[in-house]
Amino acid sequence: MSAVLRAQGLGKRYKQRWALQNCDLDVPAGRVVGLVGPNGAGKSTLLKLASGMLTPSAGTIEVCGGRPAAGVEQLAKVGFVAQDTPVYAALSVADHLDLGKRLNPNWDEAVARERIRRLGLDPEQRAGKLSGGQRAQLALTLGIAKRPELLILDEPVAALDPLARREFMQDLMEAVAEHELSVVLSSHLVSDVERTCDYVIVLVDSRVQVAGDIDDLVACHHRLTGPRRDPDTLPGGQHVITASHTDRQTTLLVRTDTAVHDPSWTVSPLGLEDIVLAYMTRPADAVRDTRPALEVLR
Amino acid sequence: MIWLTWRQFRTQAAVVFAVVAALAVTLAVTGPNLSDLYRTAGSSLVDQVSSSDQSLYYVGLLVVLAVPAVVGMFWGAPLIARELETGTHYLAWNQGVTRTRWLAAKLGLGAAAAMTAAGLTSLAVSWWSSPLDRAVNGGGATDTYFPRLDPVAFAARGVVPVAHAAFAFVLGVALGLVIRRTLPAMATTFALYAAVQIVVPIWIRSHLAAADRTVLPIEPGGAPISIQDGARHIIAHLEEVPGSWVTSQQTLNASGQPAPVPSSFADCLRTESGPPTLQQVDGCVADLGALGYQQQVTYQPAGNFWVLQWAETGLYLGLALALAGFCAWWIRRRAT
Repeated sequence: MSAVLRAQGLGKRYKQRWALQNCDLDVPAGRVVGLVGPNGAGKSTLLKLASGMLTPSAGTIEVCGGRPAAGVEQLAKVGFVAQDTPVYAALSVADHLDLGKRLNPNWDEAVARERIRRLGLDPEQRAGKLSGGQRAQLALTLGIAKRPELLILDEPVAALDPLARREFMQDLMEAVAEHELSVVLSSHLVSDVERTCDYVIVLVDSRVQVAGDIDDLVACHHRLTGPRRDPDTLPGGQHVITASHTDRQTTLLVRTDTAVHDPSWTVSPLGLEDIVLAYMTRPADAVRDTRPALEVLR
Repeated sequence: MIWLTWRQFRTQAAVVFAVVAALAVTLAVTGPNLSDLYRTAGSSLVDQVSSSDQSLYYVGLLVVLAVPAVVGMFWGAPLIARELETGTHYLAWNQGVTRTRWLAAKLGLGAAAAMTAAGLTSLAVSWWSSPLDRAVNGGGATDTYFPRLDPVAFAARGVVPVAHAAFAFVLGVALGLVIRRTLPAMATTFALYAAVQIVVPIWIRSHLAAADRTVLPIEPGGAPISIQDGARHIIAHLEEVPGSWVTSQQTLNASGQPAPVPSSFADCLRTESGPPTLQQVDGCVADLGALGYQQQVTYQPAGNFWVLQWAETGLYLGLALALAGFCAWWIRRRAT
C-alpha cells in the first residue's frame, strides 16, 4: 500500500505557538480524505505543509513520495486549492486556463475547457466578477486540469451557500472518480466529510486525535450505556474516549478492536459525527497525557 | 511565467511609460531650440532661457528624480504584497513552476522595465539639459541652474537613475515580501528610498572618487566668501572651478592647521545696530587674511562626473542584487 501522505513527528510553530505538533500520519493512496476539526485546530497548517506552502518546524512530511514543492516534478504531482479559493481578480476565466496551460507540464486542456463549458462560465468574464461558487469551481478546474496525483483542498466550500456547496462536492467526486485522484480536503463540518470521504483525520488543538478509514472507525467505536461504574474498571482492550455519568447511569464512548461481551452494557453503534464530536469534546488534559495519534489501520 | 507576469504588470507599466513618453516628446520638440541658443550664446545661455524652458528644466529634473521612487512604490511594493494579501500566491505557487522561478520572472521583468523607464527619462532629460549643463560648467551663473555634480542634478543625469530605479524596485519588492501588505509596503518603500537618497549624497558619494583640494587666501577681492553662524564659520565659493561640487570646507590658521575662525573676526564685524557696511566687512576680511588665515576647500571637479556616475551606479546595482538575493532566500525559507 503506497502512502500518498506520510508525516512523522511533524510540527509547525509560529513564533511561540505550535499550530501543529507531533503529527504522525500515513494516508494510503486512492482515498478521499476528510480533515476535520474546529477552527484554529491546525487544519490549514497541515494542508499548507503538505502542499509545501509552509516548511515544517519539526519532523518530516512526504507527499507522493517526495518533499512538498521540492521541484517542478513534485509540484506537478500535487494540486492545492487554498482557503477562499483565490483567483486573480483582474484576469478572465480564459486567462486562468491560459495560465494553467503555460505553467503546468501535464495540463489537460480538454478537461479544462469541458469543465468551464459544463459549469456555464463565460470565458471572457473577469474572475473578480464571479460568484463565490463559480470562483471555487474555477480554482477547482485549475487544480484538476493540471492532472495531479493528489489534490489538496483547504475548506473549499466554507464560504459557499448550501446549494453551491453540494454542487461543488458532487462535482469534485465526479472528477475524483474520472481521474483516479487522491484527495485531502478540510472542513469544519462533519456532514461534508461523511458524504464524500472514505478516510478521516480529526485534528483538535494542534494534534491529530484520530485518523483512519471511516468504515473501520465506525466499526470499532461503540456507545456503552449501563449502571454507574468507574471507567477504569474496563478490560484492557477498551479505550474510553468520553465518559458521562448520572446518579445511576454511566455512558461511555469507547474504542475497541474486539466485541464488547459484558452483559451489563447496552451497546449501540455510532455515526461518524458522534465519533468526531467525541474526540473534539474530549477534555484537553486527556489529549495531552496520551500519545495523540491514535492510528486505526487494518 | 513571463506571460503571467506581463499580464499582471502591463497596466501599471503602461501608465508610467505613457508619462515618460509624453515628457520625451515635449523635450524633443523644445530641445533643438535650446541647443541653437547655446551655440550662439555660449555660457551666457543661462541668462537667455525662456521661462517655459526654465520650467521644463525643473520638470525634467523632478521627473527623473521621481521615476525610481514611483517605480519602487507602485511597481515594486505591490508586486508580491498584493499576491500575499489576496492569497493568489497560493494559486501561483501550485502551478508547475518553482517559487524561485516565479520570483525571478517577476523581478527580472519588473527590474528591466524599471531600468528602461528611468534610462529613457534620464536620456531625454540629460540630452535636453546638456546645453544648460555645459553653460554652467563653462562658468555660467549657478543661481538658477544646478551644476551636474550638484546633489540635486546628479541623480537626474546620466546613468545613475537607471541604478536608482533598479534599487528602488527591488527594495519595494523586498519590503512587500516582508511586510505582506500593499499600502504599508508602499509607504515604507518611499520612506526608505528617500532616506537612502539623502544619506548617499551627504555621506557616501563624495568618497566614490578622489577629491581635489585647494587652499584659497582670505582677502577682499579674492574668492567670494559667505560668513555664517555669527562669524564663526566661513564658506568660500569656488568660482574659478566651475561645475564643481564642494564637499567640505575648513579654515586654516597661519601654520596651516585646521582652526576655528578667531573671535576677533566676530568682534571686528560687530556694529551698534544693523548689518556691517561693506567697507567694514572688507576691512575685517583683510585683517583675518593678514593673520595668516586661509580657507581649504575640498571638492569634486566637474571632470569627475562620469567616474562618480559609474561608481554610484555600481553601488546601487550591488544593493539591488543583494536585495534580490534576500528576496530569493526569504521566499524559500520564510514566506508562506
